[in-house]
Amino acid sequence: MVNLTINGLKVAVQDGSSILEAAKFLGFPIPTLCHNDGLHPYGACRLCVVEIGEGPRARMVSSCTHPVQEGMKVRTASSRVVKARKMVLELLLASCPQSKVIQDLASAHNIRQQRFKQEHEQCIMCGLCVRMCKEQMVAKAISFRGRGERRSIGTPFDAKSEVCRQCGGCIYVCPACQLRCTYSDPSKVICGGCANLTPPCVGKNESFDDMMCYMSPCVACEIKKD
Amino acid sequence: MTREGIKGILDKHGGDRFGLIAILEDIQHKYGHLSEDSLRTVAEKTGRDLNDVYAVATFYRAFSLKPRGKHICQVCLGTACHVRGAQIIVEEMQRQLGVNAGETTPDDEVTLETVACVGACALGPIVVIDGGYVAKVNTEKVKRIIDKARSGEAGPVNMAERPTFPLKVNCPRCNHSLMDAQHHLDGHPSIRVTMAVGENHGWLRLSSVYGSYALEAEHDAPLETIIDIFCPHCHGQLTSATNCTECGAHMVPLIVRGGGIIQICARRGCKAHMLDLDGANI
Repeated sequence: MVNLTINGLKVAVQDGSSILEAAKFLGFPIPTLCHNDGLHPYGACRLCVVEIGEGPRARMVSSCTHPVQEGMKVRTASSRVVKARKMVLELLLASCPQSKVIQDLASAHNIRQQRFKQEHEQCIMCGLCVRMCKEQMVAKAISFRGRGERRSIGTPFDAKSEVCRQCGGCIYVCPACQLRCTYSDPSKVICGGCANLTPPCVGKNESFDDMMCYMSPCVACEIKKD
Repeated sequence: MTREGIKGILDKHGGDRFGLIAILEDIQHKYGHLSEDSLRTVAEKTGRDLNDVYAVATFYRAFSLKPRGKHICQVCLGTACHVRGAQIIVEEMQRQLGVNAGETTPDDEVTLETVACVGACALGPIVVIDGGYVAKVNTEKVKRIIDKARSGEAGPVNMAERPTFPLKVNCPRCNHSLMDAQHHLDGHPSIRVTMAVGENHGWLRLSSVYGSYALEAEHDAPLETIIDIFCPHCHGQLTSATNCTECGAHMVPLIVRGGGIIQICARRGCKAHMLDLDGANI
């Protein structure tokens, strides 16, 4: 067991676990995007930043890739961490505003402005699909290619892969593939729908009875029925 | 591009799992670019995943997956060259060649590339043609550089096509000629001496071409053994006080006709040698 302090609380966690695992186990929320419990940590999205150390030696690390150390002092929600996370989210939102996952995270972190140009990228290079394919599906059909702004994910030579079983695992984990709801103004950068929680049927006389609703599960219909 | 050629390169690298970049560099050097077939062969033969090989090949700018022209013209756009106007050189090159950076002229002659830094910042702006550096380039020089690239005169001295340099050597003890005009090696008269390795005595013929390590011997000496070499005329052992700087074995001195001395390492397989044409170290 390793003894460390998380947010001032003295705790002991298992050897070899990451800060993220320790914090999650103890109930301290750390937002993640490129993390998936079944996959190796990758440290791509930087959303899980925490502050370790004290005073002038304090530094920011990605908690998913940083192992716990004896006597470590971790702060998961200091003002510096929150500021950094908001900046990361704002940048992610700029690169991929159509992603539901990112929009939800932005809402949850109270992001109300967007100061950067929207890029509408197809991919945020989180590497989830690559790891999913390699580690869970044991296919390794796709990988990163190129470098810098030409970095992309795909098969070698864009050829049809011989090892791909079309399992769809890559699409399942992809945060960019899960499109945001288009109920609220699609041209608006920050959707904020989930933060405002105004169900689409409220204030309308139309009946949506058994139609699939993006808000599902939602209590509005239940209230109406009653 | 033949699979055999790539197999040869892979054999040279011992077929190990490491040194992927060195293998790809060799393939690129031999064929000018990395074809899909060559990458598939490398992945197959080294037991790597094609994804990994492709990721490495696309990561480094030094590797090209597109066929390139016969001559490669690289313009340095590093900081030092940039502040001295390398961008203007690139634009002039693009205008005169009629292609953008990274493209090949339609006649497959010249490929124009930009590189980050070639490590000769004091000489900037630098243009590298087929590996030969042109320093302090200005727009007036561009035309000449392109003509030079097209003619194939540029580039470093090709060691394989360098004029051969045969030596004629004498015994340092009796000054008898050691040249054997009857037996040729590498197209030139060979050097004939007597060798002794263990109990075996016999003749040994060495190539007289400087830079060639070809030899023929009566008895096969295993690599790494030290061979005693004698003059076939005076039967004195040819050995000098100096030791090989590479392996520590004794050196074999031979007098170069026309002045000078060449010393070769007595260890089989060791390529260390010292050529002193002035004879100052005799």
